[in-house]
Amino acid sequence: MALPQAKQTATEARIDALQLPEGGCTQAAREAALARLRQMGLPGRRDEYWKYTRPDTLVQPDAPEAAILDTGEAPVFDAFDRLRIVFVDGVFDAEASDDLQMEGVEIDRIHDICTRDIHWAKDLYGTLEARGQTPVPRPLAALNTAFARDGVAIRVTGRPSRPINLIYTHSDTASDAILHHVVRVESGAEATILENGPAASRFNKCMEIDIADTGSLHHVRAQGRDHERRAATHMFTRLGRESAYKSFTLTVNGVLTRNEQVVELTGDDAVAHVAGACVGDGDFHHDDTVFITHDAVNCESRQVFKKVLRNGATGVFQGKILVKEGAQKTDGYQISQSLLLDDDSQFLAKPELEIYADDVACSHGSTSGAIDETALFYLRARGIPEKEATDLLTLAFLAEAVEEVEDRDIAADIVARLEAWLSRHS
Amino acid sequence: MLEIKNLHVKLEEEDKRILKGVDLSVEAGSVHAIMGPNGSGKSTLSYVLSGRDGYEVSEGSATLEGADLLGMEPEERAAAGLFLAFQYPVEIPGVGNMTFLRTAVNAQRKARGQDELSASDFLKQVRERAKELKIDAEMLKRSVNVGFSGGEKKRNEILQMAVLEPKMCILDETDSGLDVDAMKLVADGVNALRDAGRAFLVITHYQRLLDHIKPDVVHIMADGRIVKSGGPELALEVEHNGYGDILAEVE
Ligand SMILES: Nc1ncnc2c1ncn2[C@@H]1O[C@H](COP(=O)(O)OP(=O)(O)O)[C@@H](O)[C@H]1O
Ligand SMILES: [Mg+2]
Repeated sequence: MALPQAKQTATEARIDALQLPEGGCTQAAREAALARLRQMGLPGRRDEYWKYTRPDTLVQPDAPEAAILDTGEAPVFDAFDRLRIVFVDGVFDAEASDDLQMEGVEIDRIHDICTRDIHWAKDLYGTLEARGQTPVPRPLAALNTAFARDGVAIRVTGRPSRPINLIYTHSDTASDAILHHVVRVESGAEATILENGPAASRFNKCMEIDIADTGSLHHVRAQGRDHERRAATHMFTRLGRESAYKSFTLTVNGVLTRNEQVVELTGDDAVAHVAGACVGDGDFHHDDTVFITHDAVNCESRQVFKKVLRNGATGVFQGKILVKEGAQKTDGYQISQSLLLDDDSQFLAKPELEIYADDVACSHGSTSGAIDETALFYLRARGIPEKEATDLLTLAFLAEAVEEVEDRDIAADIVARLEAWLSRHS
Repeated sequence: MLEIKNLHVKLEEEDKRILKGVDLSVEAGSVHAIMGPNGSGKSTLSYVLSGRDGYEVSEGSATLEGADLLGMEPEERAAAGLFLAFQYPVEIPGVGNMTFLRTAVNAQRKARGQDELSASDFLKQVRERAKELKIDAEMLKRSVNVGFSGGEKKRNEILQMAVLEPKMCILDETDSGLDVDAMKLVADGVNALRDAGRAFLVITHYQRLLDHIKPDVVHIMADGRIVKSGGPELALEVEHNGYGDILAEVE
């Protein structure tokens, strides 16, 4: 089917502004992704999947300017012993990064996977993204696969002693970063990947994660506090038998963030948890779009998304659980909730279940509400001032999502960030 | 300690009068009890004193040690020494009981210009009080009142009172839903706090509690007014004859 003219024009204009990198062994994958992109076209305002989030600024040829935020405070995760991999405006910075050698993990730049002949990475690059294009097209991810300028390949073979921290720094007010990472967790291996930092004025990031039988991956990400940047991220995760994937994202501020998680449970007894907590003010717009496919027996999936919105901020949640035929004993849970701190803010939610197996337990719920006045009065009657009481209740609201972070110290750091954000905003 | 004069209260949302001229004076060191039929306005009185939204004071005054209570925010009233043990303690998922208590203690201390309590002093104090009330450590770790039985919620109110050490304690039907043992614990908790600088206003339906917490004065409330006051014998009269006789006599 031919694309509508406007969509085609917009797509070509964007493609013209980019250059297909010398892809070496990923060349074929990049060209295939470009062909996919041309076929589906970049998202437009009329697309059903972009009903609640305007894609214009993510699609336009040039990145809108975004100021560089210097908060003067220590970045998230700074207190933890971790292996740092730094990207500046989407380009790997070897100087700023740690030595990439660590027991239990092999880390390479995407550029080097061909010269070093890293088969698994060549095979994975673009594969899960392509699989994730059905039943819903994700054109910004195809664009990413085609045009990504940098990224890393991480192969977890054991149990590395430290988390791997991808740090994104922003130095050019018009930077337009496209990063593509591939991650393979081998059988029985387990690691934690942390991501943080403002990245760029416009950030398109894609991560493909392939978790072998009995492998585990923990992912914790912090976005913000820079406000003017725009980000579209995709995580495509495939899970084998008895494997686990746990991902949590904290987002504070940001005029436009669209985080997509596409998870496919392909081996029996696997577990996938994706969670997010966000707080935003004013022209904050945050979109969590999740698609979890159960294609094996006795798997568990859990989605927990909480949004605190004030002064006209917008939160979006589109979450789907698809249980394929034969995926019996599926345990699927999904909750998306917003706390609206005033009448101007809005939460738009589209929870979906699609089930083709008969022996499953799936539940989903979505709520939108204000601060509980009864609880607020109870706290105040004990002497806690209104602002402090409201903050306590707000943190309590976010707690169920933050609890998805298994590492207690990291969870505590995240709570501290949220507390600080809340105390700054009155 | 607490002076209430000709207090008239209506609902903010609708034209419903609930308190129709309450007069009450509670001296430091004393225990006053308020009894009265359901719907007579006892809880409303306690809410209005502690500053809950939704009520409008159309006439009258209420002061705590001379300070105008009605002009203060709820947290200011608490810092000034007022405490209400709620008839229906509120469940707050996600807020730990200890965090809640510590935040409350320190907020009150700050409002009074005192230093924050050190974490170890605070812990020690809470553990001691909790032990007296047979509140186990597990309960302290849970979210405020979440998953607590009716009796546990009431004991948790008394724990808060014991830790916050208010001057004026209002207990709204703290005995309802308690078995004899639990009531004894609550009464012991209250009695332990009785001293010359502190006063209690105990709202109850039953004489039972007043066997354990001996009141100095008993008031009968009906249709938004205190219709009769007397000594502890008044509570016994209610226990034996119900409110019928007293109300008929007042009419
Ligand atoms: N917020 C409210 N909305 C409607 N009616 C109320 C409200 N608060 C109190 N009332 C009414 O006021 C009267 C007194 O209630 P309350 O103070 O709870 O009495 P008591 O505690 O003595 O049983 C009752 O008729 C009750 O229904
Ligand atoms: Mg009552």
